[in-house]
Amino acid sequence: MSELTPVLTARWGMPDSWRLETYRRDGGYQALAKALTMEPSALVDEIKASGLRGRGGAGFPAGMKWSFLPKPDGGPRYLVVNADESEPGTCKDVPLMMADPHLLVEGIAITAYAIGCDHAFVYLRGEVVHAYRRLMGAVEEAKAAGLLGQDILGSGWGLELTVHAGAGAYICGEETALLESLEGKRGQPRLKPPFPAVAGLYARPTVVNNVETIASVPGIVARGVEWFTAMGTERSKGHGIFSLSGHVTRPGQYEAPFGITLRELLTMAGGIRAGHELKFWTPGGSSTPLFTAEHLDVPLDYEQVAAAGSMLGTRAIQIFDDTTCVVRATARWMEFYAHESCGKCTPCREGTMWLWGTVLAIQEGRGKPEDLDILADIPASIVGKAFCPLGDGAPSALTSSMRYFRSEYEDHIHLGGCPFDPAASILLEEVAL
Amino acid sequence: MTYDAQVAERLEAEFAEIQARYPQPRSALLPMLHLVQSVDGYVSPDGIELCAMSLGLTPAEVSAVATFYTQFRRTPGGTYNLGVCTTALCAIMGGDAIFERLAQYLGIGDGGTTPDGLFTLERVECNAACDYAPVVMANWEFFDCQTPTSATALVDGLRAGQDVAPTRGPVRLRTFTEVARTLAGFDDGLAGEGPSAGAPSLAGRDVARDQGWQAPAADQRGRKGAR
Ligand SMILES: Cc1cc2nc3c(=O)[nH]c(=O)nc-3n(C[C@H](O)[C@H](O)[C@H](O)COP(=O)(O)O)c2cc1C
Ligand code: SF4
Repeated sequence: MSELTPVLTARWGMPDSWRLETYRRDGGYQALAKALTMEPSALVDEIKASGLRGRGGAGFPAGMKWSFLPKPDGGPRYLVVNADESEPGTCKDVPLMMADPHLLVEGIAITAYAIGCDHAFVYLRGEVVHAYRRLMGAVEEAKAAGLLGQDILGSGWGLELTVHAGAGAYICGEETALLESLEGKRGQPRLKPPFPAVAGLYARPTVVNNVETIASVPGIVARGVEWFTAMGTERSKGHGIFSLSGHVTRPGQYEAPFGITLRELLTMAGGIRAGHELKFWTPGGSSTPLFTAEHLDVPLDYEQVAAAGSMLGTRAIQIFDDTTCVVRATARWMEFYAHESCGKCTPCREGTMWLWGTVLAIQEGRGKPEDLDILADIPASIVGKAFCPLGDGAPSALTSSMRYFRSEYEDHIHLGGCPFDPAASILLEEVAL
Repeated sequence: MTYDAQVAERLEAEFAEIQARYPQPRSALLPMLHLVQSVDGYVSPDGIELCAMSLGLTPAEVSAVATFYTQFRRTPGGTYNLGVCTTALCAIMGGDAIFERLAQYLGIGDGGTTPDGLFTLERVECNAACDYAPVVMANWEFFDCQTPTSATALVDGLRAGQDVAPTRGPVRLRTFTEVARTLAGFDDGLAGEGPSAGAPSLAGRDVARDQGWQAPAADQRGRKGAR
């Protein structure tokens, strides 16, 4: 039985958890002080040894990414923290920034020092203004305390940190689109290579990491590699936040070692909504293929989720019970991709519109039997042919829902309508005010 | 341009302030457009022209950027922007019902603004609060765990000019233009208001506390020593 391991989430409930004083009282910024006594390259090695993998979805080893930066040439190098958090189901970075922004600021300072950066950025989605306030507040507090700015803690090294609010576009979470957007342009992905490590922000060497990745750094530096690797599985080390939402008794953030199962998480979260059964779930957001009750015991790490036919993604576990029409959910996810496709490449721009239109027609009872063949064909015209991973991930929910629930699509077509009652899926009772 | 000289001058000074945060001035464009919205309530032709002048771009180049992002309004809108999340999870948990009720209650559809200029209603995509579903974002503040009734009560409160508090945010909801100024990176002094987290954010922490679970202890003797 896995146990929860609150590290990133440990302070969230403290009074004034977002203030410097609270953070310092709990040992905050000691990791930075320690890091500043170390060689930057030793820090990179330490993060490599920890096995910390990127928490933004792809799981790329963070220390390795840092080590890909070319040798210093005297010009600027940048750290850009990806706080765009927009993948449906993903809801861990925003509460982290609201409750414990100094943890992120400390992680940024350590990482910037490790990679030789003196101006770092947080690219925050613009639709979460209170998280922006908390981050700006933390930066001001840290500056006033000599933890940012010039000559940090008497080390002679300085760091400027700019917190930047975006303006609404899921694609800006893709790292090269994010960099375009941070340069004041339309957020459309760039061709890779060159990768950001070589030519990123302003064509300079740049590390892009997710909020949770960077927030994991102070713990590793302060408590050690063995502490970190004592949690998790063979190739997915450490702690991570698992976000449970939907038809579950106590939705929320559960920080656990990688390798925990949904069955275990559900036990902790009070189970599926009373009187109902699990029907389907996303292990890592809407771009990852759906799982069903047969996957309750899949250990949630990168390798084992992949072996079971999906992806761990951002551990964004959206849970739907037996009242839910999977065609309706899929239609809405397809609408999301059609809406968020940046329009740069044809397979995604056109393909996502077709997927949405076709699934919606079926869900609304306008579908024809041939539509199922169309839906079986379109994904092959997008996946592997799209310019960026948004397109590749767009049909995931469709393909997997047709694999597990094909008869439901057929029923909609035969009945000429949806057999489900949407009111039965609604989570919260109306309360008289 | 129809800005009066004072407004134009203040905007230009604040544009310069924003640009100073970045190694290259063009990086300031998104916050500059937020600032334009804080003055005009939308990305106005005047604002576009002023941004273009400030950055040495053409108005067409600025428009091309502004139209890419959903938070930038192309036409004037309401004092309160009500965004109902209708991405799959929120929609199914009740977001669709909330949107329908609000549309009926306000007499407007997606993207519409009430004749009194108080409300703009929108369907929005996932806002990173799925554990609080269904979610309504009012001027980009969280109204968590909503129902049709709580959403119409929010409208009633704002119509009556009462102070309305987001679930996780400042104690009083600010207007669209006030929030736009914050998004341009100008501190509004409200960071200290509101809770650190809501109950779902703390759900795992509560279980760990009740069970006496903790992360393992730190390495006692450094990397080599332990075990
Ligand atoms: C469409 C799309 C959206 C993405 N959104 C995010 C996001 O919101 N936050 C994030 O950290 N990574 C996101 N990513 C992944 C980033 O491109 C990138 O891999 C990540 O920020 C790297 O950080 P990490 O290695 O620490 O995970 C997205 C990728 C794609 C293709
Ligand atoms: S795959 Fe979609 S989001 Fe990515 S570049 Fe192509 S159109 Fe844009």
